[in-house]
Amino acid sequence: MSDVYVLGIDMLKFGRYPEQDVPELGARAALLALDDAGLRIQDMQALYCGNLLQASAMVGQRILQEIGQTGIPVTNSSNACATGATAFREGWTAIKAGLYDLVLVVGVEQMGKAGLLGGGGGGRGIPKEGLLGSQLMPAVFAEAGMEHSRKYGTSFEHFAMVSVKNHHHSTRNPKSMYQMETPLEQVMGAEMIAYPNTKLMCSVNVDGAAAAVLASERKARELGLRRAVRVKASVLTSDPWTERDLVMPDVNTCTRRAARQAYEMAGCGPSDLDLVELHDCFATAEILHYENLGLCADGEAAKLIDERQTWHGGRIPVNVSGGLLSKGHPLGATGVANVYEVCTHLRGEAGARQVEGAKLGLTHVIGLGSACGIHILERI
Amino acid sequence: MPEGAAAPGPLPIVSFLKIPTQGDPYLEGIRCGHCRAVFLGERDVCASCGAREGLAATRLANTGTLYVYTIVYRSFPGVPVPYVSAIVDLDGGGTVKGNLVGIDPDPQKIQMGMPVEVVYRTAPIKDREGNEYLTYCFVPRA
Repeated sequence: MSDVYVLGIDMLKFGRYPEQDVPELGARAALLALDDAGLRIQDMQALYCGNLLQASAMVGQRILQEIGQTGIPVTNSSNACATGATAFREGWTAIKAGLYDLVLVVGVEQMGKAGLLGGGGGGRGIPKEGLLGSQLMPAVFAEAGMEHSRKYGTSFEHFAMVSVKNHHHSTRNPKSMYQMETPLEQVMGAEMIAYPNTKLMCSVNVDGAAAAVLASERKARELGLRRAVRVKASVLTSDPWTERDLVMPDVNTCTRRAARQAYEMAGCGPSDLDLVELHDCFATAEILHYENLGLCADGEAAKLIDERQTWHGGRIPVNVSGGLLSKGHPLGATGVANVYEVCTHLRGEAGARQVEGAKLGLTHVIGLGSACGIHILERI
Repeated sequence: MPEGAAAPGPLPIVSFLKIPTQGDPYLEGIRCGHCRAVFLGERDVCASCGAREGLAATRLANTGTLYVYTIVYRSFPGVPVPYVSAIVDLDGGGTVKGNLVGIDPDPQKIQMGMPVEVVYRTAPIKDREGNEYLTYCFVPRA
């Protein structure tokens, strides 16, 4: 089976674009990715589009209505916060299967100033929120973090340090929603949303889009590999049954399974990675995923953040883009944007935030419900 | 009960809260006879092992221990905050989520692993038809 390469990739600066609609945002990112690859929409043999909040509204086709209705097959994916990674993987799968040599992947979302996510549904009867605990995302991920505290004594301050780091990283990323330092006392003193997550420890609701052009090895060689990035592993898992997952979504087991499969597929281990973009939807989540991805042993995540090993310049930099906490989290775009970040470092084009000599990077997303997507990317 | 008529007593807030005509309310689990996994709410197939038969209703305990919690400060409009959202492992199997009450919403006071009891109370809100609901919550157990 052919290796798959990223030939072109780009993203819009994450932010608020109330004057534009979802297809327009997706179209802008698609054109940027095509330009980055030096290709045209007529060269694309299929489009894989990830969008969550308009999942029934044919967003991929509407993007083609903006940039060229070439009649290619369009697949619209929706997989909670793993939506972008799922679309990317659909494109990867099609090339692996030998169906196409060139495909376009777009992840796009318009969040506006969406409030707290989750807690909907309920059906008939009375609302359960606040009577039977909380189903809201800040509470769900706070409880997941408290499980780590229970096991290992991880403190509010440890979790808060994640936010300090990721906001610091974002000061060097012009495509991040925010570029501001947030000292520890500011993070810990911010409005408490769901203990131990303060407002600055929750991801930012933003609009955004990212897109990639994927190619088969044959096509990549034909077009020139100079800036191409090899996709060494593409993995998607769902959550296996675990004891408490009816009431406490388990983001750990599906990530551990995905990581194990991805390292095996790529023929590498976590110590070989030069950078990681992982799903810091809340500061608590990043701590869990240090261990889930094998960046440290179980129980050592707090030590990892204490010793600044995951800061830029540390042993294994995590979320040098600023992460979801500062760059922002436009659900369907997130899983393509983190591939953009890693590719940009592997290409040596990350400017002030460049991880020097980066050869191998990993991206990770979690969609609650649950889906875990992991990609391992390699400089060639 | 004819449609539209008010129920004679409170309705259960969730389907797995059972209100027998005689005796006290309780939480009901569905236990898989093959792998022993415990679920909340009706089901015919086990999500843990895939068994299609051997699932049976079981009365869950009213005692358990606090597994983890969070203190919710920001919720939907109209929901009183702060409150403690708690995950409780019931003695004998089954894990449920609910509010932990009868304790200050303070990380210094709440101990993960502390024993708790399930208590049943009338919910403070009614539905649009005016029906009352019975809900459950957790209180610390000495």
